[in-house]
Amino acid sequence: MKIEEIEEEVVNEFSAYEDWLDKYNVIIEMGKSLPMIDEKYKTDAFLITGCQSKVWLHAEYLDGKIILTADSDAIITKGIINILIRIFSNQSPEDILHANLDFIDKIGLKEHLSPTRNNGLSSMVKQIKLYALAFKTKMEQQGYVG
Amino acid sequence: MIFPIDKIRSDFPILHQEVYNRPLVYFDNAASTQKPIRVIAAIQRYYEHDNCNIHRGVHYLSIKATEAYEEARKEICEFINAGNKREIIFTKGTTESLNLVATTFGKRYLNPGDEVISTIMEHHSNFVPWQQVCLERGARFRVAGLSSRGELDLEELYGMINEKTRLIALTHVSNVLGTINPVKEITAIAHQRNIAVLVDGAQGVSHLPVDVRDMDCDFYCFSGHKMYAPMGIGVLYGKEKILEELPPYQMGGEMIKEVYVDHTTFNELPFKFEAGTPNVEGVVGLREAIHYLNELGMKEVASYEESLLKYAMEKLSGIENIRVFGTSKQKASLVSFLIGNIHPFDAGTIIDKMGIAVRTGHHCAMPLMDYLKIPGTLRASFAFYNTTEEIDRLIASINKVKEMFK
Repeated sequence: MKIEEIEEEVVNEFSAYEDWLDKYNVIIEMGKSLPMIDEKYKTDAFLITGCQSKVWLHAEYLDGKIILTADSDAIITKGIINILIRIFSNQSPEDILHANLDFIDKIGLKEHLSPTRNNGLSSMVKQIKLYALAFKTKMEQQGYVG
Repeated sequence: MIFPIDKIRSDFPILHQEVYNRPLVYFDNAASTQKPIRVIAAIQRYYEHDNCNIHRGVHYLSIKATEAYEEARKEICEFINAGNKREIIFTKGTTESLNLVATTFGKRYLNPGDEVISTIMEHHSNFVPWQQVCLERGARFRVAGLSSRGELDLEELYGMINEKTRLIALTHVSNVLGTINPVKEITAIAHQRNIAVLVDGAQGVSHLPVDVRDMDCDFYCFSGHKMYAPMGIGVLYGKEKILEELPPYQMGGEMIKEVYVDHTTFNELPFKFEAGTPNVEGVVGLREAIHYLNELGMKEVASYEESLLKYAMEKLSGIENIRVFGTSKQKASLVSFLIGNIHPFDAGTIIDKMGIAVRTGHHCAMPLMDYLKIPGTLRASFAFYNTTEEIDRLIASINKVKEMFK
């Protein structure tokens, strides 16, 4: 599926819930089912700074796509990462770099993006885009076309 | 006396609103308190009738604004029982007051090999300036630890005092643990050895009656915004004798006496430390907040807040798996806690969605978090406009958190 299609799917899922607590119940459930990062990547080198909770994010490049895995010590953060992974993992660097982030606003997670709140959704998105840029540059240097 | 809580709540317009479709409960008072309507009105009145730069003009408005500013200084002097107006310096806030003292005291008194003692429960603002000035001056920065109740380990603190100690910098009330430190006793012991004492009063002045002369500390620093006044205004109290000895902090404006091409002479206290155009609006607001607190009575405020704290501690102890940090016998009205192994960010996010403002994180006290070996806490800090019904809502939200993260 394309990034925009998954984003629309996520937005639709959240639109079923009016109350914030219900939305967070969904995020908590998502947090519990986050595909776990390999323990060997849970080091400071993969730690995203700027979050109130710890977030480790790992990316690898496989057949033109970026595969993301992550973990956090907070469950809500894990739930948010799970949404991001569902949207951005298994996509090409090019598509990730050009992805529109309106979905965050639409599901009401905008407050998590605010740079003044140190809970790091913005840091996570930034890191994913940085990985995409790094892989894109590397592949171009090697003469591949993503 | 019955505390007139309904009347008091009606003085704070911001409290009467809904967040996420639930009535707001504001328990982040240790970060910043709300402002009574009369403080807001005083600032508006100032801009509508009196606004002008002070101390300079001979015209009507300038005289009026200067009078308001200097009258406020006098009332603050009385509020904390300072010796005279020259001992009251207006700053941007506690952090600036602390930096002012660390920088100027460092320049004047700290030499290589000298020592400054602080404590592990300090806010970064009373920790980092001393750590850094010690690094600059080649002095040693020493940090006293805590007892299991989160009280200052006095034995360790006193054991650190020696002939090289120049100053002890400590907080009146811990912003994380609520611990009220025995600053009067510590000052008496420090003064026997000719050591200066600085007290960070940011969390003290809004909860307790403060008498700096009884305490006998050399410096006492606090912020307006934590005591129902606007942001951007703070106070440094310093004993006149020691302030006279310190060099100026920033240059320009009111702190100048005469300027020549090759040298400058400086104004007398308190102006020597007030560079640039001051925050007159903030001072006017702070003055009004002090009138308000005086009318309520700081003793009555302290006693009402103590009853809130007692109620909260009792209710929290009734919940399984709650860890409370800071159980000092002398404790201000805040509680730091963790719910089982639930991350404070997770719990805080849900509590927020239930309309309750608590603080999560390290509370600008990373050394203390490391010392306690925790990532952070949830902190509910109370003010005199809070109620036991609001604490009941906090307890219900904690139970909800436990249910959601089961």
